[in-house]
Amino acid sequence: MNWTWFHRLGSPPHIYRIAGTLTPWFAWPAGLLIVAALYSGLVLAPPDYQQGEGFRILYVHAPSAWLAVMIYGVMASAAAVGLIWRMKVAHAVAASCAGVGAWFTVVSLVTGMLWGKPMWGTYWVWDPRLTAQLILLFLYLGYMGLRAGIDDLGRADRASAVLAIVGVINIPIIRYSVEWWNSIHQAPSVMKMDRPSMPFDMLAPLLMMLLGFTLYFAAVLLVRLRAEILRRERTASWIREVLR
Amino acid sequence: MSEFFAMDGYAIFLWPAYLVTLIAILANVVLARRAHDEAKHEARRRLAVEDEGNSP
Repeated sequence: MNWTWFHRLGSPPHIYRIAGTLTPWFAWPAGLLIVAALYSGLVLAPPDYQQGEGFRILYVHAPSAWLAVMIYGVMASAAAVGLIWRMKVAHAVAASCAGVGAWFTVVSLVTGMLWGKPMWGTYWVWDPRLTAQLILLFLYLGYMGLRAGIDDLGRADRASAVLAIVGVINIPIIRYSVEWWNSIHQAPSVMKMDRPSMPFDMLAPLLMMLLGFTLYFAAVLLVRLRAEILRRERTASWIREVLR
Repeated sequence: MSEFFAMDGYAIFLWPAYLVTLIAILANVVLARRAHDEAKHEARRRLAVEDEGNSP
């Protein structure tokens, strides 16, 4: 078997160039999908029979909550790869995830509160799902704080990777909180092992949003990764070539 | 049109939710680009210092 691809995967100049080439291929479809989903979600989708027009908060709440959790998965996986195979680029990926993940965790919490007030009658309850999502935010902030507090890059990479991996335990808790405990939060309507419990014209904008947000994250991650690689490899000779 | 923006009385919850999401989407694009620009700037500065050190 040819292992060249694996070594290239760990080569900063290669990743830096590939990331630059790929960014627009994620960014443009993401932009188009999100705009199309906005229109179909706000205009074309019919109002909900119980929640009326208010259910449309779904189209920003669910995708941002998905990003918050998915980004954590990417961050912890990359951190594990970096820790096990001592791959510097993997640590750079993990470090690039945290800020974006924290942003969208906040968005999922705020949009959830704005949805909770009219539907549940309160902005916040110490419910298992809501609490687990808040812990996710603290994990992101803890990860970033830990990195910022350690001067030596190698040590920062390893220590923050351990934190990220331990924090993975929170992911199934978020996912299954609505089933394990009596949660005020509804159970999944789309991401479950059954048919989605939504009519197609309501579901389509949501699926477009989910895909659009995922592609958007890929594009943002690639730009952040390029920054992170440059920061780490400042004296390498290849930088002279790419910066010309 | 005004009916659309009223969102059946949910406007005060719905539009802030969309606004917050929009801000996060745009902010992360700006922050990522700025991080990359700053990293490039810093790398160029370092290379310039290195070149100065090498010239006689």
